[in-house]
Amino acid sequence: MNIAPALSVRNLTVVRGGRTVVDDVSFDVARGSVTGLLGPSGSGKTTLMRSIVGVQVVAGGTVEVLGRPAGSPPLRRAVGYVTQAPSVYSDLTVRENLRYFAAVLGAPAGDVDRVLDDVGLTDHADSLCSRLSGGEEARVSLAAALLNQPEVLVLDEPTVGLDPVLRRDLWDMFARLAAGGVTLLVSSHVMDEASRCERLILMRAGRLLADDPPQTLLEQTGSADVEQAFLRLVDEARSAQAPDARTQGGSA
Amino acid sequence: MSASITRATAGRVLRQLRHDRRTLAMLVVVPCVLLTLLAWIFDGTPVFDEIGAPLLGIFPFVVMFLVTSVATLRERTSGTLERLLTMPIGKLDLLLGYALAFGLVATVQALIASGLAVGLLGLDVAGPLWLLLLVAVCDAVLGMALGLFVSAFAATEFQAVQFMPAFVLPQFLLCGLLVPRDQLDDVLRWISNLLPLSYAVDLMHDLTTYEEVDPSSWVDLSVVVLAILLALGLGAATLRRRTP
Repeated sequence: MNIAPALSVRNLTVVRGGRTVVDDVSFDVARGSVTGLLGPSGSGKTTLMRSIVGVQVVAGGTVEVLGRPAGSPPLRRAVGYVTQAPSVYSDLTVRENLRYFAAVLGAPAGDVDRVLDDVGLTDHADSLCSRLSGGEEARVSLAAALLNQPEVLVLDEPTVGLDPVLRRDLWDMFARLAAGGVTLLVSSHVMDEASRCERLILMRAGRLLADDPPQTLLEQTGSADVEQAFLRLVDEARSAQAPDARTQGGSA
Repeated sequence: MSASITRATAGRVLRQLRHDRRTLAMLVVVPCVLLTLLAWIFDGTPVFDEIGAPLLGIFPFVVMFLVTSVATLRERTSGTLERLLTMPIGKLDLLLGYALAFGLVATVQALIASGLAVGLLGLDVAGPLWLLLLVAVCDAVLGMALGLFVSAFAATEFQAVQFMPAFVLPQFLLCGLLVPRDQLDDVLRWISNLLPLSYAVDLMHDLTTYEEVDPSSWVDLSVVVLAILLALGLGAATLRRRTP
């Protein structure tokens, strides 16, 4: 069996539209874990995730998934990816969407019913996606990524707009998946979800601010919660920068 | 390349159309209404016999160009293309899936439109009807392949719709329908020779005129098929797994 870490990112740099959006980022993620990727909007989380699933043109560095270069053909069955905006066909029903993606992945029969149950959408299986609420549509998108039981799941803000009960259920499912050996990288800008992760990667302006278990992070920064820890780390980074740096960093 | 993924993709595209009844109805009804209108306008003159058959090829070309460029643009902007390209689907699976689905729709459209034109509106076609249908379907697939290719250059629906007049109207003006191609100015005839629709219209024109299939018709048909393959190849080149 392949014993390489699930994810291995080395000196990754991505330039989009002349701007460096991921700046010399390196980290490893062990198999069978839930890692939270936290940071404000525009911090480079999505670009980092796109690099991991192999759809991003990168300017430098390497990304390996399960010991193979990101995006290489064998990974296309092993990595599930949920984009931030639900990427499903709004003019198809939930089941039609999942059936199509299952056919593309070569997922076993019955997989569609399994993932429908996982995300709690069995009752909506025959609804058109355009008639669903934003949260329901996001769950269809998540269900599609769960098809064929991928070894690595890259989830870009999968819990946005969900009610707290559903969010808890999904995080319970993420923990179950991780216990079964699946590696999850979950991004969020909601800091209170951090407590559900074994490890946190904090990003801001394309750089890693921290890469620690939540407890270590809180202890090191002397903070009561992750939001406070994040603010302290940002302040530290800022005071280390030149005074005019703030005016140059726009929003993205 | 995988036959099952291609089939699944074609099925998915057809299912999307099935949920959009109005588009389906318009795909069939609009060419019929336009042909009827044309036959009526030129009632009692030979004009309908001259331009009816070429138009049977031009309608599916235009419609499929539009439908495909919008469908592909939607696939790009909704993120489903990005999701698919992280999955084990070949670019050709996707393109051929679209070609199969829209080719099927075009066949139905061509069957109904030519049935109406020949059966009810009295369009005179000297050559074999099956060839007329085949050319109409090839035109549809050509429109689809070009639509797929140019949609890569459209960032918004507005731009995609504008590509219709930009790519399709010049071909329409120069294809020999308005002025026979041998009467065009040299420069225009050269341009016309480079445009695939010209060959499709030449073919349709020969079909209405000669009972026997002229050998030049097979050359024309080959040019149309080559143009389809070229456009599909270019379309495949615009589908990138990695984007900036």
